[in-house]
Amino acid sequence: MIRWLLIRTAQALATLAAALVILFFLMRLVPGDPVTAFIGDRAMSQADVQRIRDRYCLDCSLPHQFSQFIGRAFRGDLGTSIQHQRPVTQLMAERLPATLLLGGSTLFLNFTLGLALGVWQAVRKGRTVDRLLTAVSLVGYAVPSFWLGLILAWMFAVRLHWFPSSGITSIQLSSEAGPIETALDIGRHLVLPVVTLSVVSIAAMMRYQRNAMIEVLRLDYIRTARAKGLAESTVVIRHAWRNALFPILTLFGLWLPILATGSVFVESVFGWSGLGLLATNAIGGRDYPVLMGSAILVSTLIVLGGLITDIGYMILDPQVRHR
Amino acid sequence: MKDLFIDTLRKVWALRAGRAGIVILTLAFLSAAFLPLITQSPIVQANIEEGATRPSTHHVLGTDQLNRDILARIVWGGRTSLTVAFLSVLLSVTLGAMVGLVAGYHGGWLDALLMRLVDGALSIPRLFILLLLLALQQDIGLTMFILVLGTTGWFGVSRIVRGEALRLRHASYVQAAEALGARSHRVIFRHLFPNAMGPLLVAATLGVGDVILLEAGLSFLGLGIMPPTPSWGGMIHESREIMFTGWWTNVFPLLSIVITVLAVNLVGEALRDVLDPMNA
Repeated sequence: MIRWLLIRTAQALATLAAALVILFFLMRLVPGDPVTAFIGDRAMSQADVQRIRDRYCLDCSLPHQFSQFIGRAFRGDLGTSIQHQRPVTQLMAERLPATLLLGGSTLFLNFTLGLALGVWQAVRKGRTVDRLLTAVSLVGYAVPSFWLGLILAWMFAVRLHWFPSSGITSIQLSSEAGPIETALDIGRHLVLPVVTLSVVSIAAMMRYQRNAMIEVLRLDYIRTARAKGLAESTVVIRHAWRNALFPILTLFGLWLPILATGSVFVESVFGWSGLGLLATNAIGGRDYPVLMGSAILVSTLIVLGGLITDIGYMILDPQVRHR
Repeated sequence: MKDLFIDTLRKVWALRAGRAGIVILTLAFLSAAFLPLITQSPIVQANIEEGATRPSTHHVLGTDQLNRDILARIVWGGRTSLTVAFLSVLLSVTLGAMVGLVAGYHGGWLDALLMRLVDGALSIPRLFILLLLLALQQDIGLTMFILVLGTTGWFGVSRIVRGEALRLRHASYVQAAEALGARSHRVIFRHLFPNAMGPLLVAATLGVGDVILLEAGLSFLGLGIMPPTPSWGGMIHESREIMFTGWWTNVFPLLSIVITVLAVNLVGEALRDVLDPMNA
């Protein structure tokens, strides 16, 4: 088991290294020079331009640049933001909690409501509920998340004033507000972004859970359980659902990129200053180090998520554990 | 191969969802192909001062902030959006199939190397790759945009095709071909490729929906296809200032996106049901 864990960890590291290699070549491939883009209309002497070029080692040989890039990335040095004139790592560390809060809340909603709806659909397969939820999830999957966010903001913030339309905390929130008051305020700001992000990601969750559950409900041991005279709810929850959960674990790995992509749009719509907003703001400012840093951080999180999923598999599934 | 295609199409048609998807997609294609011939140019501005006007008999879907006919722009934009989606998916499916077949057939170190790289690429969300590729560009042409989307969308496809190739690699008919002295490219293109078509077709169909949504998302971030070339995502982006006072300026392009993506996904799922009964 330890051996398996070591191999799997090594694999994750190799994947991360591959991602870095790809990002490096992507950076070299992009036509247009980051320095030229950075300077833009600013007046800058030739000497200053050269100093920047030297600092980022833009005229070094490719292998040299590559080793520098990889070495820095593994040390956690992702360069300096052009817009903010601060280390990218520092900026991202400030923004990470907001994104984790948004992602974590969405994750929670997906794993509670999404799974429950999926199970419900499977049990009522082919009936009205199943069809309706299938239709809703299909449409939810086809609506661009930013548009949905804008509509929700308009309806529930601008028209109904139920929730704030942007930001993480209210400006009016006094600095001596207690922790409960602050938490409630953040909670109110969290509702619309989480709902938007959930609609996009919950469809996938529901769909997989539905299909996995239908698969399991077909099996012999379920018929046996029913034949024993167990209550239907016991059969569904105790017998079937447990085994239908495994495919969902795999989905977690697929689902993280959806979440990362979704949060870019949702954060941008709701002014939620997390990593996604940092990245979208970097587009206008042509802040290449920030964009590169975000890509590196996101792929690290995704690789880590995959690793955790597999370890979870091992703990939960005896078949994998004893292999 | 042709028979297989027609047979698959017939089976998809037999499913209600698949039939609906095919009908909608055909209509979308026909209107993108032919309606631009009879509508006015989407770039012509009738009367800028008048701005956005409500749907009327003169402009069935109203006009946008620059007083351009929305119906005309949707039709022309559909041409752009659908062309981008289909060509880029065609490119990524071709690339993915080639890498997947080579990796699966060759095996060994080449397979290990290619799949490690694909793993790495798959761990970077496509949007972030696109941000890195597009953020420094002022204005990217349509061809370049298609190339960028096509070359960033094949990683998942190559995984699927590799799996199929691995499975078929030891099938008796492939070994028979090898025993007869067939060269590797012949085995790959004549024997492995046609049999990996099913999953490939499903991935391609679903990929089209992804690209349409991605194009809309990139437009929202101010990247991708630039005005005055109309695209559905661009229309929503350009009219964002009057999104609520002039709802028709973005609801109609949005509906075009939603309906098309929905149709594509319906066909994709129907295809999966037909081609891969185990996963249905």
